[in-house]
Amino acid sequence: MTSSEIPGGTAFAAEAALRPRRRRPFTFARLLRGAAPYLLIAPVVLTIAAILGYPLYHLARLSFQKYGLFELIAHHGTSVGWANYSSVLHDHVFWHVLLRTLVFTVANVALAMGIGTLLALLLTKVSSFVRVLLTAALVLAWAMPPVVAVQVWIWMTNPENGVLNYVLTKLHVGDYSQHDWLGSSFSQLSVTTSLMVWGAIPFIVVTVYAGLSQVPHELVEAAEIDGARAWRVFRDVTVPILKPIFLILTSLSIIWDFGVFTQPYLLIGQASINTSNELMGIYLFEEGYLKTDFGRGAAISILMLLIVAILSIVYVRKMVKTGDETA
Amino acid sequence: MRPRRGRTRFVWDAVGIALFLVIAFPVYWMIASAFKPDEELNGATPTWFSMHPTLSHFRDAINRPFFWDGVKNSLVVVSVTVALSMVLAFLAAIALAKFRFTGRKAFIILIIGIQMLPQAGLIIPLYVVLARYHQVNALSGVIVTYMTFVLPFSVWVLRGFLLGIPKDLEEAAMVDGSSRLGSFMRILLPLVAPGLVATSIFAFITTWNEYIFARVLLNDQSKQTATVWLSYFTGTSRNTDWGGLMAGSTLIAVPVIIFFLIVQRKIGFGLTAGAVRG
Repeated sequence: MTSSEIPGGTAFAAEAALRPRRRRPFTFARLLRGAAPYLLIAPVVLTIAAILGYPLYHLARLSFQKYGLFELIAHHGTSVGWANYSSVLHDHVFWHVLLRTLVFTVANVALAMGIGTLLALLLTKVSSFVRVLLTAALVLAWAMPPVVAVQVWIWMTNPENGVLNYVLTKLHVGDYSQHDWLGSSFSQLSVTTSLMVWGAIPFIVVTVYAGLSQVPHELVEAAEIDGARAWRVFRDVTVPILKPIFLILTSLSIIWDFGVFTQPYLLIGQASINTSNELMGIYLFEEGYLKTDFGRGAAISILMLLIVAILSIVYVRKMVKTGDETA
Repeated sequence: MRPRRGRTRFVWDAVGIALFLVIAFPVYWMIASAFKPDEELNGATPTWFSMHPTLSHFRDAINRPFFWDGVKNSLVVVSVTVALSMVLAFLAAIALAKFRFTGRKAFIILIIGIQMLPQAGLIIPLYVVLARYHQVNALSGVIVTYMTFVLPFSVWVLRGFLLGIPKDLEEAAMVDGSSRLGSFMRILLPLVAPGLVATSIFAFITTWNEYIFARVLLNDQSKQTATVWLSYFTGTSRNTDWGGLMAGSTLIAVPVIIFFLIVQRKIGFGLTAGAVRG
């Protein structure tokens, strides 16, 4: 595109030619130029400050107050010092939930990363037709809204006429007719895990697959000529190159899975939620919101935010480095 | 060597097709079940493909109370959130992609940090603060809440699109003597239009799929969004209307799936981090 094609461009050019060229034009213009980035980010910063910053500040205050329904209507709580925190930290349910959530997170992340990486490797081995099929299936799984996926899972696993029990019985895995998949806490969380892993692997597969194309062919071939087995090639050539990608994916998955709410809450069902199957997000929702004990809920929120902050340091540092480039 | 290669390729293809079936099955099963007559749904032996498809479940689903309220509310929330967010995010993305300034790093930390916040942890403060300003049970409260999540990733993704624009195009406009900002508007805006569309669609998907804040911030059933409507479908009763549930699920998933297929290739996958998974 040349400048003459821009509407009104010539007029601007003429004006510019008339203007005397100086090293430092107008101080006012320079000032404006300096202020430009701040003016540009101001709307976003102000919106976030108002809708997120203020509530977060409020959250910190709430966590030191007795704040229930009465206080919500009266608009102010009474200070209780560290009582909310000590009540939470002395609640053995909190520690059980924390431990359960950590185990749940580790299991979910390990399964999703493991299966996702294997699938990405598989994509490099199959014919292009199968690759298109698999990619299409992954995109479908990726696109499913979590709430919808939960309903499909409930339908597939229901004891009376769910397709899962039928298939498992037909395949002679065992007698699964009328088997209640939501019968025990362990089973409930396992079904939740299957749903979440299904939803999580597309993102992992696509990202790892993109990373695999960065691995230089010559390196792999050289290793193969040297007689290295497939596993050795993967461990000594592929993994080191993919390490940054694995790092980002793992930390993102940890953060997402630790704070998960929608899938376990809807799949297990509010009526069946109890202290033996709660995860951190649900515990917080039950203790703070449903019991309208907002002060104590705020203390749990702060503890949860702190744990996630610690978990996410690696990711944020990596992304800040990426974001620190301009064109 | 050659025949062996062919055979391993065949084995991998077989594994690939098996996995394709497993991964695609839930989506297929949702759509297939939505079209099945009740006797096929409730029989002990599932039918894999119905020979007598029916639309009656779709009729039931859309005639259930609050379906249209949910869809309408979702559309209002989504369109306002996306429109406002795109304008604000685009401005901030320009700053991030084209300027160096003090505080830039802090701004980057802010927008990345927000995406890391567990949403469950924000239910209580947002509920309490929005209640104070009478924004609970109002779509406006949900809209501003969603904006805080849509803005950061939109800034981040749009920044990526802006970085991809050749610098000489921009300079061509500067030579014309127009201001730096003017050059953006006249030359860069058309160039980033595809990026804006893609980002809007991702914002649409995230907002349309959102559940927890809509559930907490909207009490009246007539005020709720489509996902909350769907979550109340099963209720607590044992004899669920499976056909209706799957028809409702399909109706809510299909727009998202279509949009997703459109933008899936457009956005660099690394950039969508945090945008797609709820």
